[in-house]
Order: sequence, then C-alpha cells, then structure tokens
Amino acid sequence: MKAAGNAYVEFDGVYKSYDGETQVVRDLHISVHEGEFLTLLGPSGSGKTTCLMMLAGFEAPTAGAIRLNGRTIHDVPPRRRDIGMVFQNYALFPHMTVGANLSFPLEVRGMDKAKARDLVQQALKLVRLEGFEDRRPGELSGGQQQRVAIARALVFQPKLVLMDEPLGALDRRLREEMQFEIRRIQRTLGVTVIYVTHDQQEAMVMSDRVAVFNRGRIEQVAAPEVLYEEPERPFVATFIGDNNLLPGHVRAVDGDYCEVTVGDHTIRAFLVEPRGVGDPVVVAIRPERIGLAVASGTYSNEFEVPVVDVIFRGDHLLLRTEFADQPDFIVKIPNLVGHGAVLAGDSVRVGWTRTDCRALVPDV
Amino acid sequence: MNPMSARERASHYAHVVFCAVVLVFLIAPILVIVPLSFNAEPYFTFTEGMLRFDPEAYSLRWYASVAEDEAWVRALVNSLVIGVSATVLATALGTLAALGLASPAMPARPLVMGLLISPMVTPVIISAAGFFFFYSSLGLAQTHLGLILAHAALGTPFVVITVTATLAGFDINLTRAAASLGAGPWRTFRRVQLPLIAPGVLSGALFAFATSFDEVVAVLFMGGIDQRTIPRQMWSGIREQISPAILAVATFLIAFALLLLGAVEWLRRRGSQGAEN
Repeated sequence: MKAAGNAYVEFDGVYKSYDGETQVVRDLHISVHEGEFLTLLGPSGSGKTTCLMMLAGFEAPTAGAIRLNGRTIHDVPPRRRDIGMVFQNYALFPHMTVGANLSFPLEVRGMDKAKARDLVQQALKLVRLEGFEDRRPGELSGGQQQRVAIARALVFQPKLVLMDEPLGALDRRLREEMQFEIRRIQRTLGVTVIYVTHDQQEAMVMSDRVAVFNRGRIEQVAAPEVLYEEPERPFVATFIGDNNLLPGHVRAVDGDYCEVTVGDHTIRAFLVEPRGVGDPVVVAIRPERIGLAVASGTYSNEFEVPVVDVIFRGDHLLLRTEFADQPDFIVKIPNLVGHGAVLAGDSVRVGWTRTDCRALVPDV
Repeated sequence: MNPMSARERASHYAHVVFCAVVLVFLIAPILVIVPLSFNAEPYFTFTEGMLRFDPEAYSLRWYASVAEDEAWVRALVNSLVIGVSATVLATALGTLAALGLASPAMPARPLVMGLLISPMVTPVIISAAGFFFFYSSLGLAQTHLGLILAHAALGTPFVVITVTATLAGFDINLTRAAASLGAGPWRTFRRVQLPLIAPGVLSGALFAFATSFDEVVAVLFMGGIDQRTIPRQMWSGIREQISPAILAVATFLIAFALLLLGAVEWLRRRGSQGAEN
C-alpha cells in the first residue's frame, strides 16, 4: 500500500466489529489523495460499504483512526463533516421538489436565497437537468433521480463525495452512460470521490485507483491496468477479469522467474513474491494471453491439450480444455480462422510466455 | 362457469343473512337514537305521530334545551379543553416515543413498547383507580391538569402505534442524507421526518382525541363538579333527570365520531398514496 505524504483521507489500522467477534473490517490501511477517484471494489459483505459509512460518520470504527485532511474525525458528527454522499436508493426527499432537495444543504448553511438559487442552477446544469427544479422525485425516471442525488451531494461544494453503489438500480445502458457522466463531473470539479461498487467493470472504467476488498481486508490497491496486468493475490486475479488458476509447488527459482510443478507439468512463471523451493503457489494465466502454438518453440510454455468444448462468441472463441487435471482450462483465441477451425475432441498445441504467467502466494 | 348448486346457493344466502343480522345488532341501537332525539314529547319511545311521520311530532326542542343548558355547555367546553390538551400532549409524547423505538440503537425495544401500550390493554377502571390515588397524593385530583394528564396517558398508545406503523416504511437513508447535507436532528425531524410521517401522527392524534372525548371512567374517579365532560354529564343525566336532551347530545356525538372516522380514512388514503410515490 503506497502511502503518499499528503493523504486527504486516511484509514490507519481501522477495525470494525458489530458483535465483538466477527470483524467486518480488519486492519485497514489506505490513503486517498485530493482529487482522486478511488473505488472500493469487492463482493457483498466484504466490508467496503462499512468503510464508507465509517467515513461518513454513520458507523464508528472499533479500533484505529480515520483522518480527513490530517485530522481525526471520530468525534465529528456526520453533519459537520462536510462530505457529500450519494446513496444506493438515492434517498431524495420525496415530499420536496428537486429544487428544494438541492437547496436543502444551502439553507442549512444559512446561505442567502439568491446565491443558493445560483448554486442550484449550476448543479442542475452540471448533471444536465436544467428546468427540472419544480418536479418531485416521484415524477422522475431512475436515471434522473440519480442525477438529482449526485447534484445534491455536490451543490454545497464539498471537497469529498462518497458514493455507495449509486448505479446499482439502473439498467446496463443507463449505467454505462452514468459512469461517464460521474467521471466527467468528477474531472470537471476536481472533487475527491470514494466510490463503492461490486461491479469490476464499473470500477475499471471510472477509477484512478481501485481497492479490492475481500472478507474485511484490502487485497490490493492499484490503478485498474495494474490490477489487471499485475494482480498480487489469487482473489484479485479472478475477481478482476477472467483467469485460469493452477495450484502447484515451486520447483526452481531463477531471479524474478521460477519453475512451478503443476500436476505432471512444469510451468515457467513470473514470481510475484519471493518464495522458496517446495513452497505452494498458484499460477495465474489469462485466457486471452494463451495462443495457439503453430510453430513449436514460440512460447516459453507450450503444451498439447485436448479440447472438450468450443464456445463461439462471435469475435472470439473460447476453448474449454483439460490441462493438469483442470477440467476448465480456458483458452480465448480471436476468431481469425472462422468457426469450425477447432472442434471439440481435437487436440491443440497452446502456449504462453513466462511474463504473462504469474506465480502467486495462495489465499489463506 | 357452472351455475351455483342448491347447496352453494343456500350457504351464500345464509352468509348474507348472518352479515345483515350482525350489522343490525351493531348499528340499530345507535341509529334508533337519531330520530328519537327529534321527539316533540319528553319520551324515549316513538310516539304515534312520529310513526305516521307527522311533522308536528318532530321538533328541535331538545337540541335547544341542550344549547341553553349551562351544564351542557360547560361540559362541552370541558371536553374540548381536556380533549385538545390531552391530544397535544399524547401526540408529542407518542411521536417522540415512536421515533426513539424505531432507532436501531434502542435497547429492550419490546419491553418499552409493551409498557407504552399498556394503558390500552389495562382495564380503564384499574388505570382510573391508579390515577386517582396517585394524583390525589400530588393534589392533581379534581383539576383540569390531572384529567389532561390521565387522558394523555390513555391516548398515547394510539399515537405510538400509528406513528410506529408509518415509520416502518420510513427509509433510514433519508435521515442519513439529511445529516450528510448538514442538518441537525431537530431540522431533520421538522423538514424530513415529520412531513413524511404526518398522516400517522394525525390519525394517532384523532384516536387520542376520540379516546379523551368519550372517556367517562377516569372522569368519574378524578373529575370534580368543575371538570364535568360531556360523557360525565350524560352519565348524571341518565341517572338523575331522564330527558331526551341526552339523545340530542348522543346524536351530536355520533355525527362527531363519523367526522373523525372520515378524517382518519382520508389520512390513511393520503398516506398510502404518499408511499406509492
């Protein structure tokens, strides 16, 4: 975890338990920089929303410190934290118009009416909902309500905005549109955003960095490309994109690389963390990094595998093959030769380089 | 579809007759009071003239006598003063209690809820005797304040129940949103919670008012001559001076109760419409 000097938000050894036994969040360390878009990504129950709630002030950490701009915020009530929040179900006030919803935080701050009206107009313009101020939330579509919720979280110009699965209730098309919208707004305003989602696609598209949560811990924090290309844990390797995982043991170590025994085979792989001979590792190879070895000796790893099934996906083919006792070793090849070039029952020679193949320390 | 068999038909008619009998037994004693209150004679029975629909046999004299009788007018004023005060108190306390009970941090929720509801299930005579002995020692017996407090205690459970029911559909994220936008607890309550639970609060208030308005047992125990309410005045009217004036008052009370019921129903519909939005 890279802790930079000027962290804007900082979780320092934070624990959270509701019953004193189960730790929902364990020993959490993370720093968020000003203007950064950080996504907390993980399956449900992994502790990501709890982290957001602790930062917003609706939950208190059991141990550890949460700092905002260098100051511990445990004794600051939610209303004084000046943090914008977008809720999963929008949480718009149904009895107020869009305009009243947006001016609520300004009225609370005692802002004069004319100035408040200007800010409300600006916020509506930002989310492209000019002219909607007299509507009620019930009269708006889900996507429009979401825009209002975002405008309301931004209208009082907080420096930090939290978003808890804000696109969860929208259909796919609208989600993709809103992903770009949120990113555009965040870039325009330069506001710091901490975003919670369980959708890895969403995390990849929107974030500067992604923190992958699993069972109350952060497995890895990195930029989306790094998470995809250089996963450090088997959980990250499978949660972000698809991966073939092969459990084995280190046979030999050679600098950054190693040889791993998987079943009867020996695989050459990049060694992510220093390991000794005989230590258990999990080898991860992405299906699209495996190619057909037309001429022998193209790759540092080459094997003859039986094809169990061919799944036609239009632009590519998925070959379900058997390799080292793994019944679901997937090879993804671009559709350059046409459907029917490889058939179930065939045997094909596949290969991959040792740099595309990562030997990871197994999950506990 | 097959036509109804003889047996089905018989059971259908039996059902209709049963319902009709129930309604007659429930409503007839109430409805019969209304025409009798317009009796021109000082009797509690239908005169021959009334049965012939002779206009001469009907009059408003008992209504006039009630309006002119100082005791009845004072009773109405007492009922309104005590009823409105008790309602305000019960509504404020009941709403606060319901809000507290809805909080996730509330310990021993079922126990506290049970305690708050208990005046509703305890026989009134027991509560009334309790009020009497307790309030006497505080010097509150035979005072308006004492009756207001007693009626507030009897009316609070209705408010707790109706507001709790409304809060069951209340999204806790709305209060969190208000807090994240900078609002304190009082502003959150006034601007966000109260407008949304208003139908529950108002129907609870109406029930509390109705409870106080037709309550006689606590008044019998605690009320002096200056605290006579309408039901208390009816009580002595029936025992001491039998006059159809009581029927006029009863008719007025029936109309009033119908009005309250209509208001509650209207609120309920508005509430469920709000929930759909």
